[in-house]
Amino acid sequence: MKKEFRESIDRAVGNSILTGALGKFSEAYRVNRAKAYEGIDFEGLRSVIAERKALAASNLELFADTFARNAEALGARVFRTNDPEKVKEYILKIAQDNNVKNVVKSKSMATEEIHLNAFLEKAGISVGETDLGEWIIQLAGQRPSHMVMPAIHMTKEEVAELFSKEVDERLENDIPQLVKVARHELRSKFLKADMGISGANIAVAETGSIVLVTNEGNARLVTTLPRIHVALVGMEKLVEKFDDIVPILTALPRSATAQLLTSYVSIISGPTPGTDGLPKELHIILMDNRRSEMSKDPKFKQALQCIRCGSCLNVCPIFRLVGGHVFGSTYTGGIGTILTAWFEELQNSEDIQGLCIQCGNCKEVCPGKLDIPEMIMEIRRRLVVEKGQPLAQKAIFGIVNNRKLFHGMLRAAFVAGTPFRSGGFLRHLPLFLSDLTDGRSLPAIAEEPFRDRFRRLQQPKCTKKAAFFAGCLIDFAYPEMGEALVRILNKAGIQVIFPQDQTCCGAPARNSGAYEVAAKNAEDNIQALLREEVDYVVSACPTCTVALAHEMCDTLESLGRNEWLPQAKKLAEKTVDFSSLVKGLVDSGRLTLKEGESLGAITYHDSCHLKRTLRATGQPRELLHKAGFEMKEMFECDTCCGMGGSYSLKLPQISMPILRRKLQNIKDTGAPIVAMDCPGCVMQIRGGFDQDGADVAVKHTVELLVERVEKGR
Amino acid sequence: MYEQFKARAEGVGAEVHRFKDKEAALGFILPFLHKEGVADIHGSCAVWADCPFLKGIDPQRLADMAGLRFEVNRDAAAGSRIGITQAEWALADTGTLVQDQTAVEQRLASSLTDIHIALVPTSGILPDKVALLSRINPGISRYIAFITGPSRTADIERVLTIGVHGPERLVIVFVDEMGGEAR
Repeated sequence: MKKEFRESIDRAVGNSILTGALGKFSEAYRVNRAKAYEGIDFEGLRSVIAERKALAASNLELFADTFARNAEALGARVFRTNDPEKVKEYILKIAQDNNVKNVVKSKSMATEEIHLNAFLEKAGISVGETDLGEWIIQLAGQRPSHMVMPAIHMTKEEVAELFSKEVDERLENDIPQLVKVARHELRSKFLKADMGISGANIAVAETGSIVLVTNEGNARLVTTLPRIHVALVGMEKLVEKFDDIVPILTALPRSATAQLLTSYVSIISGPTPGTDGLPKELHIILMDNRRSEMSKDPKFKQALQCIRCGSCLNVCPIFRLVGGHVFGSTYTGGIGTILTAWFEELQNSEDIQGLCIQCGNCKEVCPGKLDIPEMIMEIRRRLVVEKGQPLAQKAIFGIVNNRKLFHGMLRAAFVAGTPFRSGGFLRHLPLFLSDLTDGRSLPAIAEEPFRDRFRRLQQPKCTKKAAFFAGCLIDFAYPEMGEALVRILNKAGIQVIFPQDQTCCGAPARNSGAYEVAAKNAEDNIQALLREEVDYVVSACPTCTVALAHEMCDTLESLGRNEWLPQAKKLAEKTVDFSSLVKGLVDSGRLTLKEGESLGAITYHDSCHLKRTLRATGQPRELLHKAGFEMKEMFECDTCCGMGGSYSLKLPQISMPILRRKLQNIKDTGAPIVAMDCPGCVMQIRGGFDQDGADVAVKHTVELLVERVEKGR
Repeated sequence: MYEQFKARAEGVGAEVHRFKDKEAALGFILPFLHKEGVADIHGSCAVWADCPFLKGIDPQRLADMAGLRFEVNRDAAAGSRIGITQAEWALADTGTLVQDQTAVEQRLASSLTDIHIALVPTSGILPDKVALLSRINPGISRYIAFITGPSRTADIERVLTIGVHGPERLVIVFVDEMGGEAR
């Protein structure tokens, strides 16, 4: 990670105006978005959008041809190019041929992608942004920090300062007054302009129409007042049919700003009469800039389904802390990372891809059904293939790849950690490691790992058999969770075996793009866990469960190790998370929960992998409720705790504020216990409360259920 | 559907009125122009873009209104406080007006002014965009405008502020018996 990048993160996280504005917005967005979608089948809607946009992505050339033919038949001039330089030259030529001096623009990310303003201004043409946020940014000489809300990082005081300079008059910090000033100042620019430049939100092949969506009304003036209109359209905006605009217009405003519809939508089909009575000149530029290439890449084709609503930014727990500027490019957030890797180059995404904590929030709300976390993982993988792993990482995974050495070192860590240990926690680490215990204590490594304790466990005679996959945290930090799991399953008549050759689940390696390492982990685990015939493979760590049940096959397949696939699939099918297994055992009567006791209030934290990959949200809640707890839901119960595996070690300055927010939401419920199903989340949240001092017990569901279950009747 | 439209449109800050016929609508519009201080002074004028509503209205009835113009061009619209146009459709589910604004006068009157009065035949209310799409043809209607409430922004500190580049007020006037052909 480059030093400047790390510094830019520190600056952003330390900027209370930015984090305050983004934080407040993201909290309100969650509520307002849900309200805007009331009565709408979001899953159905986004399936239609994904299907229509995927069709367009598969037929970019064809639809571009159709669009061009139809738009030209109506009198528009259509220019197509792959090259951003050619776009700029084309626009400059139109401007020079028509003696254009003043250009007004409505918001267009495509023009920012190619840095059009600077190019035209260098040629002596004045370019005025007219979207209020964009104008503020232009006056400040900055870059937009958000796709939909470019100036969200600025205060009214800063805006008043900028506007005062512009109109040469001391203005008050009054927002309605500042907006009036902008209206007045920009109105004269509109009336004077000889060329209007816009983007397009949709381009319809069958009719040659472009669709513009705005709230301020600037696009209507940009496309009406000047005698020339140039629309710069990214190829991904193409759709086949006129009807396709309905689902997009239904989702775009709701997802972008939680509105049912923006104030204005304009559908422009060919040139219209100008204000002088003569037909206007309408130029539509279809810009490729690697979009076609993207459409041919099986992993990234889905990125063309994006409708640029920015909802992936709005729900991102990282984005609301750091804002858009740390991304250093035109496009920001999750989708921005992907677009930067393509529209600029893969190398430019090297640092920013590391910002993604892989919590999966964005995937849930994306109206184009993009799997942004998956694409970011693919970027990681390709970076490692291209550049190799960073040295320190390589050293670590060299160890993880050798189970005996890895486990030996974890045992040694118990001894090494002794001077810093108190009450089961490491509270202060020396030197460069001190960041790791700043705001969160780390669990002390257990004196005796689960794998050793297991040998002494006495189990009753059972009819079924389960292999337990402990994962590193339960094995070496929280062995008591493993013991609780064994006792619970025993009551259901299931014998637990613990294959000693099991190793790391492979998630840390895969998460870092080190697929070779993850594949070696997968092969070791397949051999260990399938050696003995079992009914289930169970894990009490959702990350491990996802690694075994979902990621392993993909890892092996992407490396072409197909000989392992039948075994990998067999293991995946048998793998189940703790709560889902126990819920099934309770439902089928093999286990019961002791009734009649009221255990008081509890709140539940949804771990990212459990909720968004394994889809287990009801199971733990129902079990805890049946056990006698009263569920008090916390705000943002399914927002990441900031752990993210090694994320909290790589970017503690981001991880810690996320954790603090989580601790606050837990405390706000007043419940004395918070339950969760992931030992990683336990480590993060328990460590947080240890330093926070609040009296909240942090428990894995397995620990809470162990005394409450009995044999089924 | 009218009630749903009204609730949605008012929810985004539009003002919604409904009258039996054109006469009653005029009985609202002319006093409204007076009240808003329309006068023959640059900045205080009103422009009324040609529309079916005007057909059959005695020109004399409107001639007394100083500052009200029917010739709409850049300068007239830029110097007007109020612009009047007629929209063909209203979408109940989002409180949206839809107007074919291919003629530039329609756009000037509805975008450069401070107050936009939109006349709509009550029979033009449709449930949603799906119902609309089968009724519009982009090959003929070259500039289709959807208008939902007044111009708005939240670009400074996320504070909702009305009236940036477009009108700061949208006054919707439904007329039950518009006469003529509703498309």
